[in-house]
Amino acid sequence: MELHKSTAHELHNLLVEKKISSLEITTSIYERIEKLDKKINSYITLTKESALQKAKGVDKKISKGEEISSLSGIPIAIKDIISTKEIRTTCGSKILSNYIPIYDATVIEKLKKADAVILGKTNMDEFAMGSSTENSAYGVCRNPWNISTIPGGSSGGSAACVAADFAPLSLGSDTGGSIRQPASMCGVVGLKPTYGRVSRYGLVAFASSLDQIGSFTKDVRDTAIILNIIAGHDSMDSTSVPEDVPNYTKHLINNAKNLKIGVPKEYFIKGTSKEVEKTILNSIETFKKLGAEILEISLPHTEYAVAAYYIIAPAEASSNLARYDGVHYGYRTKDEGRGARDGDISAIVDMYERTRDEGFGDEVKRRIMLGTYALSSGYYEAYYLKALKVRTLIKNDFDEAFKKCDVIITPVSPTPAFKIGEKISDPLQMYLSDIFTIPVNLAGLPAISLPCGFSSEGLPIGLQIIGKPFDEGKILQASYTFEQNTEYHLKKPKLN
Amino acid sequence: MKNIINKKDVEYVARLSRLKLKGEQTEKFTRQLNTILEYIEKLNELDTSKTEPTSHVVPLRNVRRKDFQKPSPTVEEVLKNAPDKERGYFKVPPIIE
Repeated sequence: MELHKSTAHELHNLLVEKKISSLEITTSIYERIEKLDKKINSYITLTKESALQKAKGVDKKISKGEEISSLSGIPIAIKDIISTKEIRTTCGSKILSNYIPIYDATVIEKLKKADAVILGKTNMDEFAMGSSTENSAYGVCRNPWNISTIPGGSSGGSAACVAADFAPLSLGSDTGGSIRQPASMCGVVGLKPTYGRVSRYGLVAFASSLDQIGSFTKDVRDTAIILNIIAGHDSMDSTSVPEDVPNYTKHLINNAKNLKIGVPKEYFIKGTSKEVEKTILNSIETFKKLGAEILEISLPHTEYAVAAYYIIAPAEASSNLARYDGVHYGYRTKDEGRGARDGDISAIVDMYERTRDEGFGDEVKRRIMLGTYALSSGYYEAYYLKALKVRTLIKNDFDEAFKKCDVIITPVSPTPAFKIGEKISDPLQMYLSDIFTIPVNLAGLPAISLPCGFSSEGLPIGLQIIGKPFDEGKILQASYTFEQNTEYHLKKPKLN
Repeated sequence: MKNIINKKDVEYVARLSRLKLKGEQTEKFTRQLNTILEYIEKLNELDTSKTEPTSHVVPLRNVRRKDFQKPSPTVEEVLKNAPDKERGYFKVPPIIE
């Protein structure tokens, strides 16, 4: 049996029927990682010892006839920006190369309580800043469908490891598209829940008003299963919302009748590849055949989203990343204590500056400086306040559109996976690859990326389904219906 | 390309950001930040004189809780990741001469 290909719910059934043990599942996945991940580089850290121990513990519970959760004994990979007690958490950065958290993120506590088996920590763009997982201090991550292309980013490792069958599912984080864009490029399902749906406690902060934890899975059922486990209010995150968590698996209904789908004309623009556009239009046609009502809608401020985002996100980042100072944890320059430079700074400031220059990569520095500039005296109103006002306009667009429809369908990314190196020296071009995912974060909405086709070169293309706030249920219903009536999610990359 | 931010500005912003840039880095960042800021000027096409800013999509309110004691990390735990420490304190280079 090829265990590594299975979804979490398939593995769960095998465990319950006692056809297989968690130890066998976990061992077989590690064998595959050890054999093939050198080609992909999806993991930064593996936690084999603790994983095998956990698997044995779950097997003991099963043999004793204890009831188990839907993720008991199921291996899972975690983006290396989510704090894990006693497991190194680097955020893809040199500055945290030796950082070992003393506490678990709330989502990790929840996974541990559900007896999931943590396989390791996945590769990512440094501090989640990037769209290609090329900005990692631990080496470029590659796309399993074609190793000369990028897996997307910033959660590239979490997407690639699920696509390559190095994990049945994984967690990532999404600030401007960092779950949906790599899910699209790697041909897996990626959900960014509503802002506030999942606790951010222990998620290392990039842009606090935009960051949200979500999942990568091989099918929509697994997306509902893991959301059931990670969602919910948390007193440790004041922005998590005290709303009831429904049983999301109840929304897995194969029915698109009465579903009103909005298609925004502003998302079909020049610059989007013809193949992507055609694939999305075909998917819309599929929904139509399944009985959905398709409405043309307008989100008129879409073209301003990237510009507003690249003020808001760097502004928040410049403040959040001020904590990396070489004092409390993480890397400190070896070149400290040289005393005043130019006679106007103290030895400690010199240490801060050297530590941060040596510890951060270029993209992180660019965004810290951009954010600092936008917040600095004399520029605050022209940049930061202006961007916050445009954010209101973008949010209002969605509020208006959702008066007429249940969900909105768009492309995830204007192109399939691009070549490694193609955009790395041109930051603005890299930023523009998130043009269709960024508006969703600015408005705080839930959205999924779903496999919906392939380019002529055999690279996956993803469909974005955006929902109303806290209406992940509708997204899951639409996604499940699409998946049940198509076979794109069943195709696998060849990796040998 | 417009000259929205010059080399001197970048050096100033780097200082505010506590980043020590080397010569050629300053030039590269000046060029790249200008390209990005030029794109961002697009926002000025929109009239926002009557628009309220949105800093958070979730309506934030004060969260209060009962004042009770909870365990906090020990000094050993807090110092575990410190690059330098001495007698239960974080150790840093001199702050005043």
